[in-house]
Amino acid sequence: MDFEIKDHYLVPEHVLIRKEKVEELMAGLGIRKESLPRISKVDPAIKLLKPKKGDVVKIIRDSITAGQTVYYRIVE
Amino acid sequence: MLMKKIGSVEFNFLTPELVRKMSAIEITTPETYDKDGFPMEGGLMDPHLGVINPGIRCKTCGQQMRQCSGHFGHLELERPIVHSEFGKKLELLMQATCKECGKILLPDDQIAKLKEMSRGRTVDYTKKIVLKTKDVKKCPHCKGEHGKMLLDKPTNFFYDKERIYPTQIREWVEKITNEDIKLFGYNPERIRPEWFIPTVLQVPPITIRPSITLDSGIKSEDDLTHKLVDIIRINLRLKDNIEAGAPQLIIEDLWDLLQYHVTTYFDNNTAGVPPAKHRSGRPLRTIIQRLKGKKGRFRYNLTGKRVNHAARSIIVPDPYIDISELGVPEDAAKELTVPEFVTEWNLANVKTQIKESTAHVYIIRPNGTRRKVTEENREEILKEVDTGYRIERNLQDGDIVLFNRQPSLHRISMLGHKARILPGKVFRLNPIVCAPYNADFDGDEMNCHVPQTEEGKVEAKRLMMVRDHIISPRYGAPIIAPKEDIVSGAFALTIPQTKFTKEEAMRLLYSMGVTELPKPDLGKNYSGRMIFSHTLPKDLNLEYDSYTHKILKKAGICEEDCKENCKHGAYVKIVDGKLVSGIIDSASLSEGKGIIIDTIARNYPSEVIEKFYHNLARLTSHILTEEGMTASLAEFDISENARAIKKRVLSETLRKGEELVEKYKKETLEIIPGRTLDESFEIYMMRLGTEAKEKVEIEIMKEKLDYVLCEKVIFNTIAMILAKSRGSATNLMNIGGFWGQASVREGRPKKGFDKRLISSNEKGDVGIHAGGFIESNFLEGMTPKEYFYHSMGGRQGEVDTGVSTKVSGYLYRRLANSLKDVLAAPDGTVRTAANNIVQYTYGEDGVFPKNTKRGVGVDVKEEYAKMKSGN
Repeated sequence: MDFEIKDHYLVPEHVLIRKEKVEELMAGLGIRKESLPRISKVDPAIKLLKPKKGDVVKIIRDSITAGQTVYYRIVE
Repeated sequence: MLMKKIGSVEFNFLTPELVRKMSAIEITTPETYDKDGFPMEGGLMDPHLGVINPGIRCKTCGQQMRQCSGHFGHLELERPIVHSEFGKKLELLMQATCKECGKILLPDDQIAKLKEMSRGRTVDYTKKIVLKTKDVKKCPHCKGEHGKMLLDKPTNFFYDKERIYPTQIREWVEKITNEDIKLFGYNPERIRPEWFIPTVLQVPPITIRPSITLDSGIKSEDDLTHKLVDIIRINLRLKDNIEAGAPQLIIEDLWDLLQYHVTTYFDNNTAGVPPAKHRSGRPLRTIIQRLKGKKGRFRYNLTGKRVNHAARSIIVPDPYIDISELGVPEDAAKELTVPEFVTEWNLANVKTQIKESTAHVYIIRPNGTRRKVTEENREEILKEVDTGYRIERNLQDGDIVLFNRQPSLHRISMLGHKARILPGKVFRLNPIVCAPYNADFDGDEMNCHVPQTEEGKVEAKRLMMVRDHIISPRYGAPIIAPKEDIVSGAFALTIPQTKFTKEEAMRLLYSMGVTELPKPDLGKNYSGRMIFSHTLPKDLNLEYDSYTHKILKKAGICEEDCKENCKHGAYVKIVDGKLVSGIIDSASLSEGKGIIIDTIARNYPSEVIEKFYHNLARLTSHILTEEGMTASLAEFDISENARAIKKRVLSETLRKGEELVEKYKKETLEIIPGRTLDESFEIYMMRLGTEAKEKVEIEIMKEKLDYVLCEKVIFNTIAMILAKSRGSATNLMNIGGFWGQASVREGRPKKGFDKRLISSNEKGDVGIHAGGFIESNFLEGMTPKEYFYHSMGGRQGEVDTGVSTKVSGYLYRRLANSLKDVLAAPDGTVRTAANNIVQYTYGEDGVFPKNTKRGVGVDVKEEYAKMKSGN
């Protein structure tokens, strides 16, 4: 492939977040990690981040209603 | 709360061993009751199977009627029977295995390959195996002959055209090894194929097949019991005959009969088997019929819930009740009840109710026992009732009820109303509240539910009342809004020519509850605007174009910058709750766009909009009945002048059409970017038709405006068009002008005969007339050819509505069902019932559409204007 998928305009920014941050997030939501929406380990958008099972990905998306919105997904 | 999570669910075959083990008693005799009417020991009504009569204890568990849920019995069959649901599976198994050794009819290496593929798991390779073994004539293992299997559905098997009996089949499939059976998709730990030919049957508990004692004292048995009696009777006869050493032929006949009874006991609709009938000729409802289909246990009893305290009737419009009210028929109110707590404040009231009520009243004591009030005990109860009691009284004015119309597609399909008990047999609904229910009055029926608890009542009152749902939660604009008559009435009321004498004004104002007569504003008379102003809140300030004004501008009668000095008084200006100028029409009142209702519903307490609608409905009904609003055919006919314009436009269009055809044929036509020549030509022709129509349409509309603009106004179709309450300029055009281009799927009709729409046209003619242009109108009538073109367009409309309602309805249902448990949590996240996250902020912006203006959370321009003006 001659281009980076993450640079495509339809692919939102994906970042792995730190463990402490994850715990903070879970405490705030009052749930366990399993309740988060899932994302595949080999999803092209996060492949290059070399994610491990159980990592949490932060996604910064464009939104029609809010301009920009943050979403979290758990790697499985 | 203790919550357990279901890890997995597995459906299994009930093993014969288990059937015998869980059986409370073996059933041996076909008799149900002895001659004294007591259940027979070992019969189908044996008390070991459960209790259906009060006061008797179960012989198995010792519990009483409600506690004991019943126990299964069992029945040993003299000869095995093929279970009719498994015939096909047996056939496949026997086709693929050897009769002699029970091995799969494949060479060892192929079987090994399959086993390798399955890696020890249970995988269904039946199709593969059957395909390969179809033509095998000789077993590769024991070298025995393999004949052809044939299944005469549902239960009769033939091997090499010779009947084989269940005993033989059983022996055959018993030989199949556990290793081999895995390859057919059966887990040998759970299931063995010989169980498809049962030798033992479960007898269901009597609780699921209760006998009914008729008034005449005759006992009537359940269909399942009847069927079981048949099975046992034949089973016994079979046993006797075998023991007596009867000829094989007789035994086989009885065996087949037993097979028939067992088959119909499971499914009385088996293909190829005549359904078993009741004595009366009615087919029996056996096990599968009980469960299956719309009237089956699942769809009818488990998914379909029925409630008490509900009523259903036809709805009828009544503009004289409030939008939050519901006219409940007296007959319904006598049946519906509400429990009410007796307190020191309502004790006296409750006592009068008990004394005077003619319908059923119950009292509920603090310990929960209920007592009906009758003539005999009325005095006694009056003395007894005190605070802490509850009284179940009839529905009365002011009670909160829920009103609903199916299909309940969104939350506003069910709203809270205040009951108003009225004579008649129908529900009365203010026509303004049609929109959320999508109701009309051509025979629609609706349901009414009465909340029974204080919590329910409060919830309905706080969250569900009609007046709190004027703004749609879907798109943030008014949904509960007047239409048709009320809008027309408002138009007739506020048009400048409308004047009222003092007497008329007094009547109108009094109907709104105004008791002080204001000073007349037109000499001795009152203007309609002045009357209307009394419906508005005192601090309302608005300024905008009415719909009528927009049309006047479009027709060139009013200038573009025409405002409050409009000589037709169409520009709306409201100053401090006074309608200074302007016609109130759909721009002020309509669903989605009405500015007045939008402003009132948003900026004032909900009682204000309720009151506004109350007054509006009264005023407009009044003016419409006094002035009248009607349509006549004459108003659709056009003047000589308009006729001339129509003629000119038509001939011009014709000429242009010919030019286009010529250019198209010479291929000099200017091609629209992204289109082919053919497509461009079609688009040009289509445009030509619509342009011609528009030109004439505006002329006709202009000419018709006179009906409303003149001194002596006539309220007819034109008034309705101007108010945008019903009808359109296009309707006028179609009746009095010409129909224009017929269209099928946004283009000229194409399909039909080869290269032409109808056989009377020239082949390959692409001209304006051959392409479906209609010069006639409904008043003159169309030519046969035009009528045909018109029908082509009409048919599409018909098909589209049919298909789209069906498709979109189902799509909506699936969406709604999958989203029904998703809800916004208190922290703003959206979660499923299992507490899984769907969205981290509701709608990504955390804004509820109902609190927006047409989807916009904050209108920056408006906020800026507010800041600037210093508010």
